[in-house]
Amino acid sequence: MPSLKDVKLQISGVGKTKQITRAMGMVASAKLRGAQNRIERFRPYAEKFNEMLDSLSGRTEEAAHPLLQAHGQPKTAVILLLTSDRGLCGGFNINLISAALSLAKSREEAGLSVRFICVGKKGRDAIRKTPYEIMESYGDVMGSFDFTLAARLGGKVSQLYAGCDADEVYLVYSEFASMTRQVPSTMAILPVTAAASEKKQDGASAECLYEPEAGALMAEFLPRYVNVQIYRGLLDNAASEHAARMASMDNATRNCDELINTLTLLYNKTRQATITNELIDIVGGANAQQSQ
Amino acid sequence: MATLRLDIVTPDRVVLGADVDYVGAAGVDGQFGVLPDHSPLLSALKIGDLYYRQGGEVKWAFVSGGFAEVSENKVTVLAEAAELAADIDVDRAEQAKARAEKRLKAPEPDTDTARAELALTRAIARLRVAAHR
Repeated sequence: MPSLKDVKLQISGVGKTKQITRAMGMVASAKLRGAQNRIERFRPYAEKFNEMLDSLSGRTEEAAHPLLQAHGQPKTAVILLLTSDRGLCGGFNINLISAALSLAKSREEAGLSVRFICVGKKGRDAIRKTPYEIMESYGDVMGSFDFTLAARLGGKVSQLYAGCDADEVYLVYSEFASMTRQVPSTMAILPVTAAASEKKQDGASAECLYEPEAGALMAEFLPRYVNVQIYRGLLDNAASEHAARMASMDNATRNCDELINTLTLLYNKTRQATITNELIDIVGGANAQQSQ
Repeated sequence: MATLRLDIVTPDRVVLGADVDYVGAAGVDGQFGVLPDHSPLLSALKIGDLYYRQGGEVKWAFVSGGFAEVSENKVTVLAEAAELAADIDVDRAEQAKARAEKRLKAPEPDTDTARAELALTRAIARLRVAAHR
């Protein structure tokens, strides 16, 4: 049977852990609210961009652009992997990394060489242990990033693609489906596909004036469209990270409660047993004296 | 008289949503103005100023490039950054201007000249817009 002092120490230790996990959970939920607001505020911008892509690519023949054209014989795939900088968020990073690795494997089987660009320390550390090449990595950025990060990443991949150093570019990020569900997702960002535009070739968009003409406008527009896609991924990823951390910290707090309950029970039982033992000793001693 | 709906949207927020009478903006091919019942237009914008008339009063905003779309009496401006004249941080713009000028005057080997020039253009445009408030 453990000593009373040990159990007491253990209880206070678990109590302190619980304080930490609860605080982390609260911080994560506050950050999650902020991240959700950012997604909300970004939505009008992103939607407008999609509309513009539709109306522009309705005139593809004059708007052919290097970023729209798939390369004939793809040799290199670049995977942009978004993860978090810090752990303690359940399976969040592991799921993302395994999604990225299975994508890498399928591209390799298709005969492409795969290179990574990692955002977030966790992804970088994991990919380092694999034979894949990391072209660039960004650490400590998920805490506070803005559109310039997306612009930097977008500029980088667009440049790679235009220079034929990359023939396919994928974004692996965690889609924020709901507070309790975050889905590791893969999105092909280059070449830009305007599949939705096929059905929208009606007269309304055809009469639009373009300034400068559609081709030049497309050249301005497409790199920014790529940035928008990446920014959306970043925002979703940030929200997912906080949601995942919140859930796992809630779990941890609950586990601490359970453990404290069990330990308190053990403590009380031990204390009772000690008292009983002492009583037995005393009564036994007294009886022995009387019978002498 | 019919009015135009002007929306200025950036990735982080909706800067402006207002009913206005006239919008003037700097397109890459030159200044253009939009009155109600303008035909549909999609234009890339330069870094520069945008102004709009609202009930006889002219107001200014800064737009760092991006796009303007005009359709059905709606003007939507998509920019990576945009501020109304009243919201511009003049001190910051001054500092950015001084920094960019210094970089351009005495370029070091690793100076990104194109970036410094863009920063300078932005700072000057911000200051010009801020002067209108």
